[in-house]
Amino acid sequence: MNDFADAIEFIFRSRESQTGGVEIGGSQLLDLLGKHLELSAVSMLLAVLVAVPLGLVIGHTGRGAFLAQFIANAGRAVPSLALIAFFVAYVGVGFTNVTLALVLLAIPPILGNTYVGVRQVSPDVVDAARGMGLTELQVLRRVELPLAVPTMFGGIRNSAINVVATATIAPLAGVVTLGDPIINASVYGDAGRLGAAIVVAVLAVLAELLFAMLQRRVTPRGIRSPDRRAPQVRPSSSRKVSVTP
Amino acid sequence: MTLAIPLAQVQLRDRSQGTCESRNGFCPDWIADNWDSYVDPAVRHALLVALAVLFGFAIAFGLALLAHRRRALVAPITAVTGVLYTIPSLAFFLVLLPVTGRGITTAVIALTAFTLLIIFRNIMLGLDNVPDEARDAAAGMGMTDRQVLWKVELPLAVPEIVAGLRVAATTSVGLAALAFFAGAGGLGGAIYADLTFKSNIVVAGGLCLLLAALFDALFVGIERLLTRWRRAVPA
Repeated sequence: MNDFADAIEFIFRSRESQTGGVEIGGSQLLDLLGKHLELSAVSMLLAVLVAVPLGLVIGHTGRGAFLAQFIANAGRAVPSLALIAFFVAYVGVGFTNVTLALVLLAIPPILGNTYVGVRQVSPDVVDAARGMGLTELQVLRRVELPLAVPTMFGGIRNSAINVVATATIAPLAGVVTLGDPIINASVYGDAGRLGAAIVVAVLAVLAELLFAMLQRRVTPRGIRSPDRRAPQVRPSSSRKVSVTP
Repeated sequence: MTLAIPLAQVQLRDRSQGTCESRNGFCPDWIADNWDSYVDPAVRHALLVALAVLFGFAIAFGLALLAHRRRALVAPITAVTGVLYTIPSLAFFLVLLPVTGRGITTAVIALTAFTLLIIFRNIMLGLDNVPDEARDAAAGMGMTDRQVLWKVELPLAVPEIVAGLRVAATTSVGLAALAFFAGAGGLGGAIYADLTFKSNIVVAGGLCLLLAALFDALFVGIERLLTRWRRAVPA
C-alpha cells in the first residue's frame, strides 16, 4: 500500500511539483480547501434562497406541484460533469459560472423536499390553525414551516454533500479547488491525486456529520422522537427517497 | 505498483476550416457525421449503470431480508451504506484505483456502493408499509413466516422497491459520468474529450439524460408487470 502512504505524506508535507518550481501538498492544500468551501458555501446559500421560498409557496398553495416534482426528478438525472461542461461551453469559465452551475445542481433536492415537507403536514392540523383564525401567511410560517423543516433540511443536506462532491470538478471550469490535484495530475503526481481524493472524501463525510447534527437541532422538539414516522417520508432520513419518484 | 492514470485522450479537433465547428456553434451536420463515435461510450455507460443497479439490488436485497428479521441491524446497515453514499464518486474511484486497478471493475464497485443506501432504504420502507391486517390475514390462513414474506409482504412492497431502483438508476447515470477517471469509459469520457465544444457537450450530455429516461421507463414497465394485483382493485 505504498500509494496510500505516499498520498498521506502528500497531505501533510509539501513538496515540489512534478513539473518543478511550485510547492504543492501540505499547507498548499489549505488554499485549495478554502476555495472549495467558499464555492460550496456560496452556491448552497443561493440555492437555499431560491428553492426554499419557492418550495414553501408551491407546497402551501398546491399550485405548480407538477413543476416541483418534475424539477426534483429531472435534477437527479443530470450528470454534474455534463452540467459543468455545459456551462463551460456555453457561458464560459470562472467562479460565477461554476457557482451558477452548482446552484442549478443544488436546487432540485431542496425544492422537492421543501414541497414534500409542506405537503405532508396533516390537513387537519392546517384546518385547525385556520379555524383558530391564523392568516394564510401565519399558517405557513407557524405551522407548516416548522413541521416541514426536518424534511426540508434533508434536502439541504443532500444538496450540500452533492455540491461539495461536485466542487471537485470545478477546476475544469477554471476554479482551483481540491479537485485540482485530481484533474491536473501532471503537476501533482499520483500521490497528489490520491491524496486530494482522500481529503475530498473526508471533507464530504465531515459535512454529512455536521448537517446530520444541524438537522437534529432544527427539528421541532414535538416531532423529534426517533420512531415517529411521517406519512410519506421519514423526517430523520438524510437521503429522502420519495415513494413515487 | 504505480497509479498511472492517463486521462481520456484529449484530441483537439481541427477547427480551422471556417465551418460551424470552428465558430464553436451547435452543428447538426457535425453531429450527424460523428454520431458513431458516441455509440460505444453510451453502451459502456449503460452497462456500468446496469451492473451497478443489478449488484446493488442483489446486495441490498440480502441486507434487507436480514434486517427485516433482525430490526437491530437496520441502524448499522443504514449508517455504513450512508457513509459509502456520502463519499464523492470521483474520490471513491481514485481511492479504489490502487486496490482494484484501472477499468470497469473499479467503476462498478464504486457505483454499486452508491446504490446500496437508496435501494436498501426503499425495500425497508416498502416492507414497513405493508398493512398489519394483510400480514395477520396471511398468518391466519396458515402461512409460515417465509410464505408471508415472499407471497404477501414483498409483492405489496414492489412499488417502493421499484421506486428505489428508479432513483438508484438515474443517480448512477449521473455518477457514471465520472467513471472515465477510473478508466472505465462511458459518456463522461466523451464529454471530457472536448469540454469546450458546444455540439459535443450537447450530444454527450443529452445522451446521459436519454439514458436516465430509458432506465426509468424500463423500471416503470417492470413495476407494471409485477403489480398486476393493483389493477384488480377498482380505483
